[in-house]
Amino acid sequence: MRTVYLDNNATTKIADEVRDAMMPFLTDLWGNPSSMHTFGGQVKKYIEAAREQVAALIGAADPQEITFTSCGSESNNLAIRGGAEAMDKPPHIITSKVEHAAVSGPCHYLEDRGFRLTKIDVDQLGRLDLDALRREVKTSKTLTSIMWANNETGVIFPVGLIGEMVHEAGGIFHTDAVQAVGKIPMKVSSLPVDMLSLSGHKLHAPKGIGAIYIRRGTKVKPLVLGGHQERGRRAGTENVPYIVGLGVACALAGKHLTEENTRVKAMRDRLEQGILATCPGARVNGDPKHRLPNTTNISFDFIEGEAILLMLDDRGICTSTGSACASGSLEPSHVLRAMNVAGVSVHGSIRFSFSTYNTDEDVDAVLTELPKVVKRLRELSPFVN
Amino acid sequence: MWDYTDKVNDHFKNPRNVGKIENPDGTGEVGSLACGDALKLMFKLDDKGRIKEAKFQTFGCASAIASSSALTEMIIGKTLDEVEKITNKDIAEYLGGLPKQKVHCSVMGREALEAAIYNYRTGKKWDKELEGEVVCHCFGVTDKEIERVTRENNVQTLEALTNACKAGGGCGNCLPDLQKIIDRVHGEMGAAAVPEKKPLTNLQRIHLIEDVIDREIRPALRQDGGDLELIDVDGNTVKVRFRGACSGCVVSAITLKDVVEARLKDNVSEDIRVEEVK
Ligand code: FES
Repeated sequence: MRTVYLDNNATTKIADEVRDAMMPFLTDLWGNPSSMHTFGGQVKKYIEAAREQVAALIGAADPQEITFTSCGSESNNLAIRGGAEAMDKPPHIITSKVEHAAVSGPCHYLEDRGFRLTKIDVDQLGRLDLDALRREVKTSKTLTSIMWANNETGVIFPVGLIGEMVHEAGGIFHTDAVQAVGKIPMKVSSLPVDMLSLSGHKLHAPKGIGAIYIRRGTKVKPLVLGGHQERGRRAGTENVPYIVGLGVACALAGKHLTEENTRVKAMRDRLEQGILATCPGARVNGDPKHRLPNTTNISFDFIEGEAILLMLDDRGICTSTGSACASGSLEPSHVLRAMNVAGVSVHGSIRFSFSTYNTDEDVDAVLTELPKVVKRLRELSPFVN
Repeated sequence: MWDYTDKVNDHFKNPRNVGKIENPDGTGEVGSLACGDALKLMFKLDDKGRIKEAKFQTFGCASAIASSSALTEMIIGKTLDEVEKITNKDIAEYLGGLPKQKVHCSVMGREALEAAIYNYRTGKKWDKELEGEVVCHCFGVTDKEIERVTRENNVQTLEALTNACKAGGGCGNCLPDLQKIIDRVHGEMGAAAVPEKKPLTNLQRIHLIEDVIDREIRPALRQDGGDLELIDVDGNTVKVRFRGACSGCVVSAITLKDVVEARLKDNVSEDIRVEEVK
C-alpha cells in the first residue's frame, strides 16, 4: 500500500539533500569545532555557514543573532524562561490560548513561580483578540509570546502588529514560528520581533535540531550552562551534523517558498474544496483568509476524529486529529475549544498538512477514500438517522 | 498510537449488529455529542425471554465502536437476568483488554445495557440522574455511577477513575468529591486501599516545618548570603519572609517554589503551599 503522508505539521521527511550534506560529518569530519588543531577546528566554518543559511531564510540582519538549540521546544523555553529571568523586574507574561504546549508549558512554569500570566482569547475563526492584547500589554512591562502560525488550524497571527503593541509599551516580544518558517516569507530584521523559535524537523531537517533568533541587544539568561559555545547562550558541544543539516534545509526551504504558496497551496485548496463538495456536514476550522498555504483543518459533524483517522490510516493515509479520544485526554484540542467550535463537530476534526513532497495523486487518494469513511461512520452514528 | 488488540481492531473495522430494530423491546441511549461519545442500544426478546436480536449505533472512537459491537455479540441468546450480570470488565476482557485511558468505552457499553433493560421493564426512558446525584458536571457522572465503577474496577486513584468513567477529566472541580467517594467505597469494601500515614497533630506539624526549614533550607540560602523566616502556618499554607540577599532577589519566586516548597512537600506533606510575606 502506498503511504499518503499528509501530516507535515507533525514532522516532515528528511530531504535527500539534507541527508547528503550531513553525511561527511557523520563519517570523516567528526572533530570538535572548539579544538585548536586543524582537524577539529575546520568544522567550525560549516557551523557558521549554516548559521548564515538560517539567518537568510528568516531575514535576520546578522547571523550572530541565530543560536542553535536541540529543538523548537528548547528554543521556546529559552525565550520565555531565559527571557523573563533576564529582565530587571519579573515581567507580566502574556500569551494566547492556542499556543503549542512548548510555549504554554514554560509560561505556566513561570506562573507557578509567582509571575503574572495572561492568556489572550481567539474568536470563532481562531483570530487573536487584538483589543484585549492591546489592553493587557499596557498594564506593565511584558514578555509576550504569541505564535506566528497555529499548528492545528494554520491560522496566521499578525506578528508585526502584535510586536508593535508590545514594543510601544516597553515589552519584549517572542514568537513561536515553528510552523511558519519555510512556509511563508519573512524578514525579521524589519519586524518588531525580539525572539523567534524555529524547528528543523518541520522543514525537512531531522528531529533533534532547532534554532532561536535573538535580536541583537535582547537579553536572555541561558538554560544550559557550562560552556562558551553559541556565544555562551547555549553550552554544549555543537551538534555539527544536524546544524549543517538544518542550514541546508533552510536553504532548500527558501528555494521552495514560492512553490509552497503556489503548487502546495493549490493541492491544499483542491483537497479542501473536494472534501466540502463530497462530504456533507464538513466544515473548515480557522480563518480562511489568513492561513498557512499547506494546512487545512476540517470537522465532520456527528462523527469522531479518532475513528476517521484510524480508518484513513487503514487505507495508508496519515493525518492527525484534535479529537479528545486520540490524545488520551477527555477534552478535545485546546485550540478548537478556544475557538468555540460547535459541539456537533468539535470531536470530529481532522488536520491535513502538506509539504512540497506531496503530489496530486495524494489528493486524489484522500478524495476517493475519505467520503467512504465518512459515510461508513455516519451509518454507525446514532445522531444521523 | 494506541495499542489496540486485534479483537478491538476487528470489531472497529467490521462492527457486528450495526443499525436499528423496528419496535424494539428495550432501547438504551447514553452519552452525548458534547461528551465525545454516545451509544444507542436496542434489543428484541424471543418468546422464552432471550435476546434474539441486538443492534447498536455509536458515535465515538475506535474502542467505543468496538465495545458496542462486542456488547451486542455478548448479549444475543442470553436472558435479561444473565446479561444484567455483565460488567464493563467483561466487555473489555471479551476484546482482549482496552488501553487504560479507554476503559470508559466499556463502561458506556454496560451503561447502555442497563438503560435498555430499564426501558424494557418500566417502559420509561432511563435517565441516570434518577439514580443518583451528578457529581461531575463536565461529563454528567453521578455518585452511583462512580461508586459502581470504583467497586467493579477496584479503582484506587483519581486517574484510574477518570479513565473508567471520565469523571474528573474536565475542569477538575469535582476532584475532591470524587476522592471522597473513592475513600468511602474503599472504606465500605474494607480494603486497606491506600496505606495512610498517621496524621500529625497541628503542633507536630509546625515543629516538623520548623525543623525542615532549619535543617534543609536555611543552610542553603545562607551560602548565598540570604535567609528565611517562618512567619505563620495556617492549615497547609506556610508563610515565610525572605531575609538578606534573598529579599529583593528577582529569582526569589523561583527559590520559593523550587527550594522551600519542594523541601516541605517532600518532608512534611504534598499539600503544603508556601507564600511569601513581603
Ligand atoms: S465537574 Fe468533573 S471534571 Fe468538571
